[in-house]
Amino acid sequence: MSDVRYTKDHEYVRIDGDIAVIGISDYAQSQLGDVVFVELPEVGKTVKQGAEAAVVESVKAASEVYAPVSGEVVEINPDLEAAPGAVNEDAEGKGWFVKLKLANPAELDGLMDAAAYAAFVETLS
Amino acid sequence: MNREGRGATAPQSASETRPATFTGNRALDLEEGLLFEIGRQEVTGVDLDEPATFAPRLGGQERTAPLGLPGLTEPEAMRHYVRLSRMNYGIDSGLFPLGSCTMKHNPRLNERMARLAGFADIHPLQPVSTVQGALELMGELSRYLLTLTGMDAVALTPKAGAHGELCGMMAIKAAHEANGRKPTIVVVPESAHGTNPATAALLGYQVKSIPARADGTVDVEEVKKALSQDVAAIMLTNPNTCGLFEPDVVAIAEAVHAVGAYFYADGANFNAILGKVRVGDLGVDAMHINLHKTFSTPHGGGGPGAGPVVLSKALAPFAPAPALVTDGDTLRLVEQQGAVGAEQALGRMSAFHGQMGMFVRALAWMLSHGADGMRQAAEDAVLSANYIRASLQDVMSAPFATRPAMHEALFDDAWLEGTGLSTLDVAKALIDEGYHPMTVYFPLVVHGAMLIEPTESESKASLDLFIATLRDLALAAKAGEKERFLGAPHYAPRRRLDETRAARAPVLRWVKPQAIAEAAE
Repeated sequence: MSDVRYTKDHEYVRIDGDIAVIGISDYAQSQLGDVVFVELPEVGKTVKQGAEAAVVESVKAASEVYAPVSGEVVEINPDLEAAPGAVNEDAEGKGWFVKLKLANPAELDGLMDAAAYAAFVETLS
Repeated sequence: MNREGRGATAPQSASETRPATFTGNRALDLEEGLLFEIGRQEVTGVDLDEPATFAPRLGGQERTAPLGLPGLTEPEAMRHYVRLSRMNYGIDSGLFPLGSCTMKHNPRLNERMARLAGFADIHPLQPVSTVQGALELMGELSRYLLTLTGMDAVALTPKAGAHGELCGMMAIKAAHEANGRKPTIVVVPESAHGTNPATAALLGYQVKSIPARADGTVDVEEVKKALSQDVAAIMLTNPNTCGLFEPDVVAIAEAVHAVGAYFYADGANFNAILGKVRVGDLGVDAMHINLHKTFSTPHGGGGPGAGPVVLSKALAPFAPAPALVTDGDTLRLVEQQGAVGAEQALGRMSAFHGQMGMFVRALAWMLSHGADGMRQAAEDAVLSANYIRASLQDVMSAPFATRPAMHEALFDDAWLEGTGLSTLDVAKALIDEGYHPMTVYFPLVVHGAMLIEPTESESKASLDLFIATLRDLALAAKAGEKERFLGAPHYAPRRRLDETRAARAPVLRWVKPQAIAEAAE
């Protein structure tokens, strides 16, 4: 899974050609607790790296999800509205949030790979 | 010696398990259905005459189906609410340690004063010449609030804390507009109340969050980094939600003023500094005061809140209408925005004049305590919180404990590591012990936070019992007595509720079971 990158805010981005699949990391879902609602952007919206892309609400708190990279929203996960629990079950798989058309691949260089992110999470506990 | 009558001691039960009852009741612990479940159409508590024949004038749009309102006799309605009230937990039943909520005792003297006919039986539309006493009370309350805060003006009308926040921020916005400025950003530290960013967003401001430093307080350097000409205000809670006094508050105020921004202080925690600190001296421009916290008026289901806002000299002209003014011996209210006495008023926050009943209670508390009593209330509240923190620090983990706490004791969940238990499990176990839980998972800057605010209401004996209870729970958690926690509450009328399902699939409307059955067919 070397094509997955992470942010310090616990978003992940998985690159598939020029498409970036974005969601929150497994660590993030475990910290949030049961996710009860996910607010997603509209398809066609352009988001900038670091700007708010979605909101995730759990039994504990509501949190903003920031775009790890810039791009145009080409697809949102249609299953999350009815079954937000997918984020808890499979955060980095079927619990994805949005797909972006990658605007600037160079932005990926500033993000952590899986090993660096795992080491970062280690420092948090 | 009783040889003939009833046994004086209960017979020893062979087993700890208790038999189920036929009714589902357990002695004084009574089950109660919903009004819609126990009511029926053919019964009513009042005897009304059948209306005379009348011709409907709704053009055939009148309702033909029954309203579906539950009918109950008066004794049934009375029992319903009395039974429900017995499942309630309030400040009159026991210690209510909710952090950031200041659930203090509501003195009976306040209630007596609020029931005086001159306050209780007046109407907001009465001619002001007939309510001079009530206006005088509002003036007196204002004077006390301004003296305690060192501020220039007060708006009594906001109905609670968040409404007061909105009022204060509207005054800030009005001041910027009067100065021909349109800044777009409000700076809010992470340790602020959750309503602060919501208030800023409601007024169209962009919220810029700044992190807390390692000791839980706000760093003036971080504030300076966030400041620019585009910043309208900072919203700071002091003492903050970690229960700490912000030591850099004056420097923060100076930095904020230097860029032409205003300083909004969240006054929810005013109880900790009452009579000790005048917020006007700190450089605050606007602060709401929760009469229902600091000044002992009921809340949490017990009564409406009241959130007067005090304003600095810079913001005073923008205070909302009505303005209370004196003409010789008479008091009157300037109701119109723009009229003499309210020339630059930001508008109105409320149709009428605020929560009159709460004004009476708050002033009664102030007068009955006096300056020394109010100061002592703050001191006792801080002492109680520090006593709790110091007494539990060896078995629970208290972040930021290098600094003395103000009026609340904050713990995190580091002490639960390895037990398989969470903050929520501890809160639920506390219900079994007969306490309302503390605030949990807030403030967000602390992992698995437990925030305890005992207030000055509790005696040392009461605090000692609460501390002993938490200590017992902490030791049980570490000893692996998981069932006591994971199954909790064991003794509440309902066991642990499925909060996730309640949030994911909320049932917002009661539907007659029969209707569900019919729909299924």
